[in-house]
Amino acid sequence: MVVSMDFLRPASLAEALELKAANPDAVPIAGGTDVMVELNFDKRRPAALLDLGRVPELATWRAENGRVRLGATVPYTRIVDELGDVLPGLAMAARTVGSPQIRNRAGVGGNLGSASPAGDAHPPLLATGADVEVASTRGTRTVPIGEFFLGPKRSALAADELVTAVLVPVAAGPQQFAKVGTRNAMVIAVCSFGLALDTTRRTVGTGIGSAGPVPLRAAAAEDFAAEVLPWDEPAANTLTDDTAKEFGELVAAAARPIDDVRGSAAYRRHALAVLARRTLRWAWQDVSGR
Amino acid sequence: MSRATTESLTATGGGRVGDSPQRPDGNLKVRGEFAYSSDLWHEDMLWGATLRSPHPHARIRGLDVGPALAVPGVYAVLTHSDVPGENLYGLEHPDQPVLAGDVVRYQGEPVAIVAADHPETARRAAARVRVDYEVLEPVTDAETALRADAPVLHPTNPDGNLVRHVRIRHGDPAPAADVVVSGEYTVGMQDQAFLGPESGLAVPAEDGGVDLYVATQWLHADQRQVARALGLPAERVRLHLAGVGGAFGAREDLSMQVHACMLALRTGKPVKIVYGREESFFGHVHRHPAVLRYEHGATRDGDLVYVRAEMILDGGAYASTTAAVTGNAATLGAGPYRVPNVHVDCYGVYTNNPPCGAMRGFGAVQACFAYESQMDKLAAALGMSEVDVRVRNAVEQGSVMPTGQVVDSAAPVAELLALVRDRPMPPAPSAPYDLRELPGGVSNTTHGEGVVRGVGYGVGVKNVGFSEGFDDYSTARVRLEVVGGEPVASVHTAAAEVGQGLVTLKAQIARTELGVERVVILPPDTSVGSAGSSSASRQSYVTGGAVRAACEEVRAAVLARAGAGAGLAGGKVVSAGGDVLADLVEVLGGEPVERTVEWRHRPTEALDPSTGKGFAHVQYAFAAHRAVVDVDVELGLVRVVELACAQDVGRAMNPDAVLGQIQGGSAQGLGLAVMEEIQVVDGVVRNPSFTDYLIPTVLDMPTMPIDVLEYADPHAPYGLRGVGEPPTLSSTPAIVAAIRAATGRALTRAPVRPEHIVG
Repeated sequence: MVVSMDFLRPASLAEALELKAANPDAVPIAGGTDVMVELNFDKRRPAALLDLGRVPELATWRAENGRVRLGATVPYTRIVDELGDVLPGLAMAARTVGSPQIRNRAGVGGNLGSASPAGDAHPPLLATGADVEVASTRGTRTVPIGEFFLGPKRSALAADELVTAVLVPVAAGPQQFAKVGTRNAMVIAVCSFGLALDTTRRTVGTGIGSAGPVPLRAAAAEDFAAEVLPWDEPAANTLTDDTAKEFGELVAAAARPIDDVRGSAAYRRHALAVLARRTLRWAWQDVSGR
Repeated sequence: MSRATTESLTATGGGRVGDSPQRPDGNLKVRGEFAYSSDLWHEDMLWGATLRSPHPHARIRGLDVGPALAVPGVYAVLTHSDVPGENLYGLEHPDQPVLAGDVVRYQGEPVAIVAADHPETARRAAARVRVDYEVLEPVTDAETALRADAPVLHPTNPDGNLVRHVRIRHGDPAPAADVVVSGEYTVGMQDQAFLGPESGLAVPAEDGGVDLYVATQWLHADQRQVARALGLPAERVRLHLAGVGGAFGAREDLSMQVHACMLALRTGKPVKIVYGREESFFGHVHRHPAVLRYEHGATRDGDLVYVRAEMILDGGAYASTTAAVTGNAATLGAGPYRVPNVHVDCYGVYTNNPPCGAMRGFGAVQACFAYESQMDKLAAALGMSEVDVRVRNAVEQGSVMPTGQVVDSAAPVAELLALVRDRPMPPAPSAPYDLRELPGGVSNTTHGEGVVRGVGYGVGVKNVGFSEGFDDYSTARVRLEVVGGEPVASVHTAAAEVGQGLVTLKAQIARTELGVERVVILPPDTSVGSAGSSSASRQSYVTGGAVRAACEEVRAAVLARAGAGAGLAGGKVVSAGGDVLADLVEVLGGEPVERTVEWRHRPTEALDPSTGKGFAHVQYAFAAHRAVVDVDVELGLVRVVELACAQDVGRAMNPDAVLGQIQGGSAQGLGLAVMEEIQVVDGVVRNPSFTDYLIPTVLDMPTMPIDVLEYADPHAPYGLRGVGEPPTLSSTPAIVAAIRAATGRALTRAPVRPEHIVG
């Protein structure tokens, strides 16, 4: 009666893709942040687990064409230690993931693969306009992050595909990430917010976590901020309270939160407005060199 | 058995009463090598699993175990009709079925059990048992449950859904006061959140009985209830303590004990049951959620004139220890204050919510949150400082409690408050900020914006030991003999080591009383008499008292054999002046001295049912806290910056262990203040996991400056006072008061959630 579960351990990306093509129900596992919780609670019983821990191609990052190609299993600890300068928003988010043990094992690929609205990596990827690289034996394609999330825990990933990397533009300005949880460490987001300013192109990117069926961008807030920020006079005091407040309200308006066990919809909207206001101010202080 | 359960622990490195010897199990636990009950193993053992009700209230119209029995690898599938003895158990009165018969009264109630050759086979087979439920409307509000028209959940209970109503009537029934403050407070359902889930191993014996290796708090209470359910005499149900991964009250009630024994006796094979984390949330009782309505009256000068209180404790589906919890909340409900007129009505109630029972603080926690919130309100109404109004009314030795009981040992409440008040304040956060020192931590929610500091105080009173006339005793067997040319003492009790350090303390007492270095602590089991429960802050007092008394008898026998001497020290018989008279090894020779002593603390009395009068508590214990918090008032996030505590422990038997208890108890109080709550909606638990039931991490628990006072209680062994519970009482109201001070919000509910702060 024991339902056996295969544990597939490819040693290369090519082998991993072949195994995934042959076993489309196999659930990829790297850090196990989400997968192990579902297994432990008996909410999921896949026929096979596909362990990506031995696939060297997934565990590296490199800079290419103004972007960082970040392998799906590069652990959050390395993102914090090695990418804080070029991907500051993602590094800040990485610092809030789980516990030290989880950060030593888990990477961005798992966040994307499970496509939870609460994934900590998602807001900075949205804010920076990253692309998700997915691969199968049919080939490799990239999916813009804004098109990757289709619904709660549903993504654009086909059954035979694996997330192999994210392509994240190197920061062209200050970035921020902030997350609300009801304890001061090791907590799933009640809501979170990522912000990326591009001082060259004079654009603003946003990402909202845990406040909608999917991670969201706040397009109206982005357009508003890009329009009204005094890019030509980047002194700290040139960001007015009214601008920060309006930005916060537009971010809150873009959220589609629900009441759940972690917090109320009303609180999430309120908190997002505060986070957006504060992070915009911090980012602008960085633009102005403080 | 191929793996040790509870090893005989030989404490090394010396250590008498007042020392802090290293725990014999400490390194094993830190290295992950300690054998907990979930690590038990036996050749050919089967695994048990439990089918539980998904409904908080339903009638069982039919049960079909056929599909489960058909699963290959399954050895037995048992239901209520297979319970060999009486299908009822309970700590105070038996009202809880071992397996539900015609009705289920809470979500998670056990309905059927399965033994199989693999744990997963057992779980999957259990899921195949067909249960035909007629879902009934659950009774989920305790006050609604008390109404005359509420469905009665236990038809045999003469008082409907009322488990117990305790009345305290003290002084003038209609007092008048210059200043009156009132409030309604609520306390959410806290979980003990021990880390080692319920687990044990039942091994069938040749005599038709069973040996049960289990993590529990009270072996003999388990034995009594298990034997009754199995229809066996107690001597054929032998219990052995397995490694306990935390308790805090949650192991006082039975969980898998009877189930494993039933499956073992039916299959003739050893059966192990280990709950998963989610199942564990349904496998033990929780802290009673409470609604508490208080009115305090005082003179203009700040002297308390009266306290009126109505408290409703939601006991959930079964009684467990609700009656005793109700007694505690009522008798301690006015707090550590001199109040001439007290009127308390405290109700423990049946509902279809998860059963609630023992948890560290045991009724005194809920009351303390309410009366301390009231004291702050009174201070504000009087224009006095929170500490001054408490000090002015603080009990002291000789004060009369609302039960009429005179406090007959030290009660340094005013001193405890002054100690925490006079501590230097921690510095305010300043730029450049370390995120870890701000509310929200590394989640980067503030760089100082919106952060407001608040300070709050709390003080509480807890009874030590079992109260209200309970025959509270412990048994110790102490043996002194020569082993390998050295005198060795062995100590055998049935007292459960649940992490508190009794294993060390028993050896310290034996060394102190018998003057030997080598002490062997034998594994607790039911081959020695009951030690009572490892709860109510009582084991150092009661089992400590029993070990000392047994040592004293052994010593007297040795001295009689020596024909001379006044004491034992350094392995010698010595005179009153300390002169060596004989060598203990020679006096003992080949003939060990062994004594078994049943030791009782002085008796307590039942409460008068109409007035609540009586000498109900053997000892009172007090702790005070000052909490300093930083609150992000815009986001409602809290960081407790410092939690100072002062506590009188009578005698610090093991100073390191005392500090550990104060830190741990305070952390559990912090959890209740700002995060810990089992959320129950319509009788259904919404967060049965550590993903969403949050307990404090190392980044949530601040540094704790601690003052330990040692005012000996002349009635207690070595003058000691129970330590484990008082810090759990006062840290919660101190922290919530500090959050109120920072935010100006009323905050009448614990735990405080961010929504309550940003409103």
